[in-house]
Amino acid sequence: MSRKITIEPVTRVEGHGKVTIHIDHEGKVTQTRLHIVEFRGFERFVQGRPYWEAPVLVQRLCGICPVSHHLAAAKALDVIVGAGTGDGLTPTGEKMRRLMHYGQFFQSHVLHFFHLVSPDLLFGVDGDPAIRNIIGVAMKHKDLAVQGVMMRKFGQEVIKVTAGKKIHGTGAIPGGINKNLSIEERDFLLKGDDPLNAEKMVEWAQGALDFFKGYHKANKDFIDNFSRFPSSSMSLVREDGALDIYHGLLRAVDADGKKILNDIDCQDYLKYVGEEVKNWSYMKFPYLLALGETNGWYRVGPLARLNTCDFIPSPLAQKEFEIFKAYTNGKPNDMCMHYHWARLIETLHAAEMIRELLNDSDLQGDDLVTKGTKQKEGVGLLEAPRGTLFHHYRINDDDQIEMANLIVSTTNNNIPMNNAVNYVATREMTGNHEITEGMMNAVEVAIRAYDPCLSCATHAMGKMPLEIKLYDENDNLISKKFK
Amino acid sequence: MSKLVVATTSLAGCFGCHMSLLDIDERILDLIELVEFNKSPINDIKTFTKQCDIGLIEGGCCNSENIHVLKDFRKNCKILVSLGECAIMGGLPALRNGIPIEECLAEAYLDGPTVKGNIHKILPNDKELPMLLDKVYPCHEVVKIDYYLPGCPPRADLIWDVLVALVTGDEMKLPYEVVKFD
Ligand code: SF4
Repeated sequence: MSRKITIEPVTRVEGHGKVTIHIDHEGKVTQTRLHIVEFRGFERFVQGRPYWEAPVLVQRLCGICPVSHHLAAAKALDVIVGAGTGDGLTPTGEKMRRLMHYGQFFQSHVLHFFHLVSPDLLFGVDGDPAIRNIIGVAMKHKDLAVQGVMMRKFGQEVIKVTAGKKIHGTGAIPGGINKNLSIEERDFLLKGDDPLNAEKMVEWAQGALDFFKGYHKANKDFIDNFSRFPSSSMSLVREDGALDIYHGLLRAVDADGKKILNDIDCQDYLKYVGEEVKNWSYMKFPYLLALGETNGWYRVGPLARLNTCDFIPSPLAQKEFEIFKAYTNGKPNDMCMHYHWARLIETLHAAEMIRELLNDSDLQGDDLVTKGTKQKEGVGLLEAPRGTLFHHYRINDDDQIEMANLIVSTTNNNIPMNNAVNYVATREMTGNHEITEGMMNAVEVAIRAYDPCLSCATHAMGKMPLEIKLYDENDNLISKKFK
Repeated sequence: MSKLVVATTSLAGCFGCHMSLLDIDERILDLIELVEFNKSPINDIKTFTKQCDIGLIEGGCCNSENIHVLKDFRKNCKILVSLGECAIMGGLPALRNGIPIEECLAEAYLDGPTVKGNIHKILPNDKELPMLLDKVYPCHEVVKIDYYLPGCPPRADLIWDVLVALVTGDEMKLPYEVVKFD
């Protein structure tokens, strides 16, 4: 008798998903799938809207990384209003946007680490679910919880002074930005009362990283080998190969570090990237056209970025980057749980960049918007916290959006996440007919490493309780379990 | 005094309303002194373990599963609050309400510039996927909703005030300026 196990929905991944595992009569895993069950239809219903609405509309795909959508849309519209493909903004325009983006990176990475991941590290993957959450952390490790809360708050304050509002702001407009940074706002972030200032954030980001490194040392086997498998990596990089989350060229390297996408211009993305559709998920499956649907998949996000870039342009994070690279002798890192490590290095980088930008007087400039000759079509790419984000718009003669195409970060990780589920399920389930709480959480831990924002991916968001269903060969339900 | 029990969920929302709840920042530490969280995406409690006092609902209903979850919340919570514009009136996702759902699917999976390779015209239709509704429904069209908190998202201070008002039983003021979409 073969069985099918359904896990639904997964919690503490922001969004909606569902895992099914098929097992044959010998207890061998024959198929696993991560189904994305939400569909919104943004690409269609933004058609006909005036183009300048896109940055405020489309960010409502996701309340966790709204700034990424806000800015990716604005970057695509920069091209449309003739303000160039990422380098045509005024210094104030570009730096305000960068500050907004680093603020968002910081808060999103912090949220992921402190609110979603630290419970697993502190209480164990199979710890008591009643306390294995941020509230449990707040009760048992108050200092750590306070740090997480205050770091996230700082990131949100950076977003507020640049975008006007913590969630779904309006700062970026086609061709630039609608406000600069006042001296008061700058000093609030630079010299704010302890702990709310940029200096402290750098210190705490380093602290979080050290906490993780200590955990890694004590739990080497788990962190290095849990759900590990090779893959290609993709991200934007600056022209000189530096990590750059706001603008750059698109690069991909294979599992050995060989470049398979050699620093291409983002406006040309259609020549290189396609998406496969499968009938069991609303989330599409992107791949590099040159390598095809089966072999062209890749990872994105913190781990991928540290695999593609040559260096990090801020001193403390660069030092950590060197340690990170040395761990794999400079080869691409394929250890799934090292996403957390990479994410914390980026958190440190974001804190350093916020501190540096706040000291830049260009932010007080008043040349905010660039104008040029109107174009019909534009592409905007950036590195969202969870990976490369593609926005592409075409407009008609009445300035209405005629076509919108979005490939969101989490979608780019669709196959890696499916492979991670398969990896864990095969290990934990083979010959094992008893579904344990720890096993169910292991599947979730594997997915969570990618920090999937299923809200973005499906253009939706939701919570995910866990439901397990057992089916026999003929798809008859034989048992069901909730947790 | 025993703590009030709070549950939260995100239906067809963007999670921004939940993020706004987290934007009460340090007060989250006070909040957990005042209330106990049950089923919610911010913890690992996946099914109701007891009858709850307050249910905060983010997002409207766009598929059969949203309806199911919302009805479950109504059954298990004494008071339901529609948190934000999506729950109140469908929000941004309801922009699809004037468009046949087939057209939305076609744009995403058949006609877009990166799905040219979908020559077999595959559409997501597996039985594991919940049924999409013909349109996005506001929560009060599906179950009785007791309170509505405007904004996209409602400001953190407003969410805080609501929770305090519900805990203390005091009436809360909703100033004219906050009764708006954004
Ligand atoms: S009301 Fe706004 S913030 Fe809340 S879920 Fe809807 S789009 Fe997101």
